[in-house]
Amino acid sequence: MEELLGPAVKALSERFGAAASEFRGETTLLVPAGKIVEICRTLRDEFGFDSLPVETAVDYYPRSEARFHVVYVLSSSQTHVYLNLRAPVNADPAEIDSVESIFPGANWREREIWDLFGIRFTGNSDLRRIMMPPDWEGHPLRKDYPLGYEEVQYSFNYEEIKLRKPRGER
Amino acid sequence: MGIEQKAGNLGIVTTTLEQAIDWSRTNSMWPVLFGLACCAIEMMGAQAANYDLSRFGMELNRASPRQSDLMIVAGRVSQKMAPVLRNLYDQMPDPKWVIAMGDCAACGGVFNNYAVLQGVDEVVPVDVYVAGCPPRPEGLINGIVLLDKKIHGEKLAEWK
Repeated sequence: MEELLGPAVKALSERFGAAASEFRGETTLLVPAGKIVEICRTLRDEFGFDSLPVETAVDYYPRSEARFHVVYVLSSSQTHVYLNLRAPVNADPAEIDSVESIFPGANWREREIWDLFGIRFTGNSDLRRIMMPPDWEGHPLRKDYPLGYEEVQYSFNYEEIKLRKPRGER
Repeated sequence: MGIEQKAGNLGIVTTTLEQAIDWSRTNSMWPVLFGLACCAIEMMGAQAANYDLSRFGMELNRASPRQSDLMIVAGRVSQKMAPVLRNLYDQMPDPKWVIAMGDCAACGGVFNNYAVLQGVDEVVPVDVYVAGCPPRPEGLINGIVLLDKKIHGEKLAEWK
């Protein structure tokens, strides 16, 4: 694993200032968000990471500096190794460049992250909601989004809830 | 001699129009062909050989709502799916009935959150609720038999 990933990790640390860490055999690079397109292009063209199986995000809610991490998992079909990238994004503006120009399959993943986390991908050709209805307000997977818990209708409060609950008519 | 041979062993049956129509409705009730979640697997199980829903005249799921009388809501209904479900219901010709199969369709079940409708009765009128997570095929068949009883009790004046 080390000899396969080593050159890529070394090159990214030197050229883009990426910080490498390892956990249970998985190598993760913390990379600057502004250079994500260049980094992905370098990894694809020079080190053979030719597919992006996973693109997702994490919300570290109370902090506004680097509140989100956009996570990219790149894999190589020649050497069968995986490399994780994490790009920190601030709360406001929550924006990062799209990697659609390098991995076209990122289009829908970025739409999903936009829909659920509200991170805007500049350069994505079709940034619409993909999971929630088009007129939905807010981004549900953010930690500060209310869960929308409704009071449960038991026998002791059945009548009271029945009064305000909508009913489908014929 | 003569009349018995022509009529066979059946003889002559007298009934009321109400009973005859209710009988014919309960014995060829075709559900809409759709399933929303894991309850649909149990619905398929109820229609397969072991439980054999065609004993109740329900051997055929219609893929078009315009040819069906019964909507079995098998699974949780998300907020995005609710308008689609209502649209399907509106396209079904009268008379039509709805079974809310499983806890999720009846009251939201364990999914008490922003994305899932808290009971399908918020968008369509429900005739029979079947409890269970998911209900076994026996449970669904019990619900259908209950619906049959309800239809047998319907009066001519109440028909829509």
